[in-house]
Amino acid sequence: MDQIFVSIKHAILNLAQTFLPDWTIILLSILISVTAIAVFGPVTMMYLTLLERKLVGRIQNRYGPNRVGFWGLLQPLADGVKMLTKEDIVPANADKFAHFLAPVVIVIPALLIFAVIPFGRGMVAVDLSIGILFFLALSSTTTIWIFVAAWASRNKFSLLGGMRSIAQMISYEIPMVLSIVPVLLVVGSFSTVSIVEAQSGLNWFVFTPWGFVGFLLFFLTGVAEVNRTPFDLPEGESEIVAGFHTEYSGMKFALFYMAEFMNTFSISAIVATLYLGGWQGPFLPSWIWFFIKTYALIFVMMWFRGTLPRLRVDQLMGFAWKFLLPLALVNILVTGIWLEFKTPLNHVVTFAILAFCLTVLYLVNKPEIPKKRIYRYAYQD
Amino acid sequence: MTLFGSIGTISLYGILFALLITAILTVTVRNLFHSAIFLAFTLLGVSIVYFFLRAEFIAGVQILLYAGAIMTLVIFAIMLTSRISDPSVSQSNHQRFPVLILIVLLGSFLILAIAKTPWQISTSLKTTNAIELGKALMGEFVFPFELVSIVLLIALVGAVVVARSDR
Repeated sequence: MDQIFVSIKHAILNLAQTFLPDWTIILLSILISVTAIAVFGPVTMMYLTLLERKLVGRIQNRYGPNRVGFWGLLQPLADGVKMLTKEDIVPANADKFAHFLAPVVIVIPALLIFAVIPFGRGMVAVDLSIGILFFLALSSTTTIWIFVAAWASRNKFSLLGGMRSIAQMISYEIPMVLSIVPVLLVVGSFSTVSIVEAQSGLNWFVFTPWGFVGFLLFFLTGVAEVNRTPFDLPEGESEIVAGFHTEYSGMKFALFYMAEFMNTFSISAIVATLYLGGWQGPFLPSWIWFFIKTYALIFVMMWFRGTLPRLRVDQLMGFAWKFLLPLALVNILVTGIWLEFKTPLNHVVTFAILAFCLTVLYLVNKPEIPKKRIYRYAYQD
Repeated sequence: MTLFGSIGTISLYGILFALLITAILTVTVRNLFHSAIFLAFTLLGVSIVYFFLRAEFIAGVQILLYAGAIMTLVIFAIMLTSRISDPSVSQSNHQRFPVLILIVLLGSFLILAIAKTPWQISTSLKTTNAIELGKALMGEFVFPFELVSIVLLIALVGAVVVARSDR
């Protein structure tokens, strides 16, 4: 069971070897991996939309989609048909070239990230030596295309959404990169495969003090990076219509949606890889463990959406610069201390330092509640 | 494996050709915003070339810093200019002919220098990984590294001082 997908691939290759020349086998091997990922990404996105609508429906005490197919399972297909047949509206004053380019290009980095995710033991498309850096680099390019979409629409709501998106992504990218550094310090490699292998058994990084703080930091900044509630200011419906994709309809809108959901999946997968041990786990096959962890994190993100109100801009910026960034910097130093000391001592020391820092940061960042103002009429004096 | 070698060579030349086209478009397109988009594509293309040359770390950093951070800065900068997407703005001015002579001189000098340098072609594939790079930065090249960080710190403090509102 553990190696089922790997053995299917080998079986296909062995079958092909009987009647095809040798050099095509290598091409075929590449083609199988590429096809698997190119199909897996969009299908995941389709069913994540259904999952989200179902879950948010349950949280809001209603059923969610249940008309198309059993349990609404065919709803994503119906949505796809609807998106494809919808009229594609381009505003008269829009920058036609950029308006077309942005939704097309934004999907590419979202799909490329899937290449370095280790889905199970031996189930990674390419084991790049710079795996995590590759993920960071590609997710940082998304910002440009969101802004290009916002600018090209010639709409004030779009532009406001684009500006917010850039401000948010620049701010949250710094604590995000810094929260990965502790893992790199301990493992000593960028490769996602060796990061997972370093957490064998139940030695997941989340069970260490620095790992727990790093997990929270990376998960929160990851939620902010993919513009999900409570960090969805770039598309705040109640303020700026739909933000950067206000002027998009039909399949172009669906492409933005697809990029967002694929990023949601890949962020959860990378969090699981870095801190929750990836595919490591007892009893069950490795890829089942990977999907359990990833979908648990996606569920938490959807839970956030059903529960939390949107942050204000100043709260958003203050949280990134005054809370997450100092904590991420402290966490790097603490990881160094953890590596230097012996096993029982380092847990105590790092836990003490982190608890102290968290308390101090919480007290410093405590919101100032202004005194209640008492209004009086002038004639009362 | 020669077949794969030739496929690699052909696709490398294809990427270099596309890179040249986007680079030329960057400096000739009339719309400033479009030229920023083509600049982004050029920077991404350079990182793909790095990938081809097995310099994966540099390729990742190229995307992260240039295509991610610098491009965002560039977009912010052109947003502050007036006439941002005015197609009547030309990208060249009356000084283009004196500059052309200088460029031809500089270009021929570079071509001569490249042609005369004896390039070492190593038979074994050497990949520079991040660990060796980090050891070199903290060991052999620690002084320039720290100097650069101090320069950056001064720039950071300066930016805060400039941006601070006068009370």
